[in-house]
Amino acid sequence: MLLFLLRRLGVAVLVALTVLTLAFLLTRVSGDLAISIAGPNATSEDIETIRRVYGLDRPVWVQYLDWLGRAVQGDFGESYFFRDRVANLILGRMPVTLTLGLVGLCIALVVSLPLGILAAVREGTMLDRAVGIVALVGQAMPSFWLGLVLMIIFGLQLAWLPISGVESWQGYILPGVVLAFSAIPSLTRLTRSGMIEALSSDYIRTARAKGLTRFSILVKHGFRNAAIPVVSIAAVQLGFMLGGSVVIETVFALHGVGFLAWESISKNDFPVVQAVVLVLALIYIGLTLLADLLNAVLDPRLRTG
Amino acid sequence: MSGAVVTGSARRSLMRNWGFLVGAGIVGFCAVIALIAPWIVPYDPFAIDLERRLVPPSFMEGGDPRNFLGTDQLGRDYLSRLIYGARISMVIGVLTVITSGLIGITLGVLGGFYGGKIDDFVVFCITTRLSIPAVLVALAVAALRGSSFMLVVLVLGLLLWDRFAVVARSTTMQIRNLDYVAAAWCAGVSRWWVLTREVLPNIATHLAVVATLEMALAILLEAALSFLGLGVPPPLPSWGLMISEAKEYMFFEPWVIIIPGAALFVLVLGVNLLGDALRDMMGTDLSR
Repeated sequence: MLLFLLRRLGVAVLVALTVLTLAFLLTRVSGDLAISIAGPNATSEDIETIRRVYGLDRPVWVQYLDWLGRAVQGDFGESYFFRDRVANLILGRMPVTLTLGLVGLCIALVVSLPLGILAAVREGTMLDRAVGIVALVGQAMPSFWLGLVLMIIFGLQLAWLPISGVESWQGYILPGVVLAFSAIPSLTRLTRSGMIEALSSDYIRTARAKGLTRFSILVKHGFRNAAIPVVSIAAVQLGFMLGGSVVIETVFALHGVGFLAWESISKNDFPVVQAVVLVLALIYIGLTLLADLLNAVLDPRLRTG
Repeated sequence: MSGAVVTGSARRSLMRNWGFLVGAGIVGFCAVIALIAPWIVPYDPFAIDLERRLVPPSFMEGGDPRNFLGTDQLGRDYLSRLIYGARISMVIGVLTVITSGLIGITLGVLGGFYGGKIDDFVVFCITTRLSIPAVLVALAVAALRGSSFMLVVLVLGLLLWDRFAVVARSTTMQIRNLDYVAAAWCAGVSRWWVLTREVLPNIATHLAVVATLEMALAILLEAALSFLGLGVPPPLPSWGLMISEAKEYMFFEPWVIIIPGAALFVLVLGVNLLGDALRDMMGTDLSR
């Protein structure tokens, strides 16, 4: 178990370092940063000044080591536009994004777990087919468009929910639903296939033979075993959701990390963009690590792998 | 096996054929439309007519029979733009699949075939790629380099190879020790021959399923990038860009965003249906 833990941790650190390097390269390879910062109306002297002030005239590897050294300590430099520490900016925006992600994940689980279980219990029937169609529709739905359509229906026509912003908790409902749509198909399919496998196993036959109630068989014996892969995919989906928050936060004008990234991208504020890419990647790495450990705890068979 | 099981599976395969027919119909229709777009559009999709802006579709109140789907905020014919938009979505989808397929299949087959250190490296690449927020990186690169059609293809191709690699790797692992591969080794053929003549053809169907999934994803991502203003540059009629440009008017004229969005949804649904049918025909479950 300890060996498994250390190995898994080592890989996570290595991946994190690679992402750090890629985040640095992202802004260096894609063009001359000084020209981008200076904007279209800058003279060549302006550009030279910017290059000196931001230390862009140093050799690339010096810049890299400098940046790496600071980033490891959580210092991502200063935003060109907001005139604030990047770390402060991200920390300030994080609650909105995390809330949105968790709301989205909760909605997704509340919808997909019962649907998946139901489809598994009634495998091959019309109900199963209907659930399959729901998953297909969810998979094909462009999230930004769904957001706009829901805004028109629930924000304007019915006037039940706010169109944008999160001044009240209702503001999280529409974006949460949209975000959930991206995770529902895979979670539903996984729950369904996990349940089908679990229900055909020997321990379910034993439980039936013991005369347990249907509910107890389904939930205590069936779902508990089907849940193992669902837990890890749910964690991974949360990571994807946070990464995809840039689109939904822009649509609904939620001032979270994704919106911050979008603002910074359009203002050529690269320290912020770099840092957001990095932070989201680190959260994803952390979540997958957590999922793997959780899996190892839930299912001892996985520890040796 | 009992009779009930047989009838059940027979019915299911029929049902899946239905999915296949619908999916193939949608994708085929879009492909044909995309190919012959210049000859079938009623108007020039770039022709601006400021006198006739936001004319509703002809079947709606206030519509004009001259513009079946109405006109956009610059008076351009919506149907013509929608047809050219199919072209953009299809081309981006296909080119992205080719680029990402080349990267992912190469990595996956090498990792699955050789195992050991090479495989560790491939798995590491996949893990790293998955931890990178794709939309964000695509947006950042587009902002830095200035967005263009080819850049979108390149960025999506470089970001969406992970599933190809995962599936190519696991399927290669499954067949690398099978008898026919061993027989090929015994026949004294080269490594290249085993990889291209024995391994690749036998994992091709699995890869075809991945290709449909990735194509659907690429089409959706292109639309999202264009919607955020950093995908296909205007005045090209990408469906995502059409939604973005019409967004200001959506509360007064909802059809301006419903039409391109519905087109996007139907095309992606068709591609996914096709993929599902393919997967079911092979009887393997690659969905996660």
